[in-house]
Amino acid sequence: MHEKIFEKIEMEKNQTGNIEFFLGEKEMKSFMLPEFIIERSDERCIRCRVCERQCPEGTHRYDGELDMMFHAEEKCVGCQRCAVFCPTNALIVRPHPSQYRPNANWTREKLQDLKKQAETGGVILTGSGNDKPYRIYWDHLVLNASQVTNPSIDPLREPMELRTFLGRKPDSLEIKIGEDFEGVEIQSELFPNVMIETPIVFSAMSYGAISYNAFKSLAMAAKEYGTLFNTGEGGLPISLRDGYGSSAIVQVASGRFGVDPDYLNVAAAVEIKIGQGAKPGIGGHLPGEKVTEKISETRMIPEGTDALSPAPQHDIYSIEDLSMLIYALKEATNYEKPVSVKIAAVHNVAAIASGIVRAGADIVAIDGLRGGTGAAPKIIRDNVGIPIELALAAVDKRLREEGIRNKASILIAGGIRNSADVIKAIALGADAVYIGTPALVAMGCTICQKCYTGRCSWGICTQDPYLTRRLNPEIASKRLVNLLRGWSHEIKEMLGGMGINAIESLRGNRDHLRGVGLEEWELNVLGVKGAGE
Amino acid sequence: MRFEINVKSERFIPDKDMQACGLFGVMNIEGKRFGGEMAIKAIINMKARGNGLGGGFAAYGIYPDYKDYYAIHIMFQNRNLDAKKKVDEFLSKNFDVVFDEEIPNNPEADVVDPPLVWRYFVSPKKEGEDVKLSDDDYVVSKVMHINTSIDDAYVFSSGKDMGVFKGVGFPEDVADFFLLNELYKGYIWVAHSRFPTNTPGWWGGAHPFSILDWTVVHNGEISSYGTNKRFLEMYGYYCTLFTDTEVMAYAVDLLMRRQGLPIEVVSKIFAAPMWDLIEHMDEKKKKLYSTLRMVYSPLLINGPFTVIVAHQGEMFGITDRIRLRPITAGAKGDFVFLSSEESAIRAVSPKLDLVWTPRGGEPVVVRLKRKDHLMSIKESI
Repeated sequence: MHEKIFEKIEMEKNQTGNIEFFLGEKEMKSFMLPEFIIERSDERCIRCRVCERQCPEGTHRYDGELDMMFHAEEKCVGCQRCAVFCPTNALIVRPHPSQYRPNANWTREKLQDLKKQAETGGVILTGSGNDKPYRIYWDHLVLNASQVTNPSIDPLREPMELRTFLGRKPDSLEIKIGEDFEGVEIQSELFPNVMIETPIVFSAMSYGAISYNAFKSLAMAAKEYGTLFNTGEGGLPISLRDGYGSSAIVQVASGRFGVDPDYLNVAAAVEIKIGQGAKPGIGGHLPGEKVTEKISETRMIPEGTDALSPAPQHDIYSIEDLSMLIYALKEATNYEKPVSVKIAAVHNVAAIASGIVRAGADIVAIDGLRGGTGAAPKIIRDNVGIPIELALAAVDKRLREEGIRNKASILIAGGIRNSADVIKAIALGADAVYIGTPALVAMGCTICQKCYTGRCSWGICTQDPYLTRRLNPEIASKRLVNLLRGWSHEIKEMLGGMGINAIESLRGNRDHLRGVGLEEWELNVLGVKGAGE
Repeated sequence: MRFEINVKSERFIPDKDMQACGLFGVMNIEGKRFGGEMAIKAIINMKARGNGLGGGFAAYGIYPDYKDYYAIHIMFQNRNLDAKKKVDEFLSKNFDVVFDEEIPNNPEADVVDPPLVWRYFVSPKKEGEDVKLSDDDYVVSKVMHINTSIDDAYVFSSGKDMGVFKGVGFPEDVADFFLLNELYKGYIWVAHSRFPTNTPGWWGGAHPFSILDWTVVHNGEISSYGTNKRFLEMYGYYCTLFTDTEVMAYAVDLLMRRQGLPIEVVSKIFAAPMWDLIEHMDEKKKKLYSTLRMVYSPLLINGPFTVIVAHQGEMFGITDRIRLRPITAGAKGDFVFLSSEESAIRAVSPKLDLVWTPRGGEPVVVRLKRKDHLMSIKESI
């Protein structure tokens, strides 16, 4: 048996033309090392070929003659689909142990990127959020709890309220009161607000970037839990408008894909997308091969053409232009929808946010350094923007200093990983948070960062019908609702511990945060004391 | 003991005060004036609720001869005469001072390190930009100036025909120091006994807190302090004393005086009904309460508290929406009482016509010549 295998391997080597036999290079061989190693327990493997079918990269291969499984490790992206679906747990996929000579400056990743670039001559693309070890401020902030002087509240026994309103609030209410204080009536004009049952909203992920099934799962979950999903810039399929429009924040981005009066009016809120945390200052590019018939209908572009989102909105070159678009959208929706403006967290984020509020936005959405993406130049994703925690603290402070914090809600995105991050964001001053990556992970994503290839094995970030079928919206939306429910329970527990029974009493309440392991300037920007202070 | 606001970062703001307390308020709804004995006797009855680190009183209707002038009570820390000189100059520049004197006191009283406490009766002398301000707003801005800019000077109260007397010691000793039993007659008396957990004794830090003729006495620790404080800053109120009570006083001033909302509405902002309850209201009420919660959510007062707020002609008491601190109301003839404990009311008026315990978030509103306090009986426990 072993002889036979050896023979076979030799034969294959010769077929593929092993270049070590040539004196000079005839064609470019890839010098990349595999990113993952696949360890297959031959004892456990039952040759069911699930791994082969599950892998869209063609990593696994069954040889019928030998009755053996082979794998091409250089193709593996580490998505773990095969390992999860292997019925006998015969597979271990882990980072490849092969190392260049250790070098603090020239890391394996840097070398691999150089080699990849030398082989392709292109911009290196990536997906998901920044994976570099920038300081994660959430992990340096700790929460308060009540002891003695103030009773903690048990959320299992007492009401604990997470209901949140997004939109502009008036400076004061004028109220007409009858003599007996019974007939109280509000006289002030009110601005449109959207009510959500938990301060967690699904981030913008467009139909096109993600599959119809993934998109629909988000819509279903948002509706069921009483929160919102964001359509991203790829429009809202007509088939989803009646059922899920009222749970949608619809985006108007630089490509204006899928924007029509009906799109704006079925939504709960409208969002102007100026920038994205993963790629501030950069546009988007959905390759033509992903523009299927349904996507072309929804985006209102011809089938098979590239969907290009310009870097800026070409009708917005200044803050007054933004104001005109905000009011154009308000006109188009009869002043019945809050209008949000989403920007990437950049150096002057506080001043920009203040301008946005003054320009008439009802919600300011800020996407931080670690915000995710379906595709972005790696060099941009990893180097542009500032951490959301600092951006949020600065924006909240600035809006308060200018006395306009009530005029807009703050939604933040980019790097929220669990319910503690949510509650810390709210204590820093956010009204609610956007979650993108956690929602994807709930549906199956393993953050392999290959979203841009269009071959997502989990059926999320792909338009290949063979792959998208893997995601059942009934099941995926259940996972998402469970996530929202679990986080909301945890938030209630933490709130109760602090002696607070409504989320609004924690909003901007930095008293309940302390910093650990932070420098003086960082504490100052965050506006929180150090632990023990 | 005052702290400068460091605008560079909020992290420099000291911790808020934490405390538990005893509260008592009594009002004659016909406006008949009476002495301080009742308030003093009642607060002595609740001795266990204080620890001698602070006591104070507010009384309304005590200056009939000067009732058209703002009565400004100012303490000078460490008896700092330099501060007094600055205040004198500041006041005579901005006001017509019709009369001023040291507040009579008993130096033998058992109080700790008494400051110099002076009272000025003044009327505004507005110039330039200030002409646009109402008298009240003008006085508020000048009081804020003294509190934040003149070291060792701190304004106890600044309303007409009323005054705040407070200090470090048990309340009865503070009353003894200011001779409250002998010199004053008012139609509302509010008393406070303090049990701070983390604060050094400072005369300015005792209750009641006051702005204009609004006074607040408070028992509790507000978990929403940071949210409330930062919201009030947007409206020009800077909390310089770092106590929950100051937040309450400014919130009351903003909502009731500046925005003109009655306590019946304000109480639903401070102690908002639960969403579960709002869901079951009729459409009109549902809209009202939802809107109040939406617009004024930063002024929801969370955590345990009971508060008695008074101003000219009105006194009300309220406890937090899940009723984590006590309040009891009682009535006898023209007298209406609010107290942390029923025993304190019984101590001064053993036979009551009515006694009741309002539900969490339900205000007991006592108004001159009205029976509004009876409205809360149907919402009692």
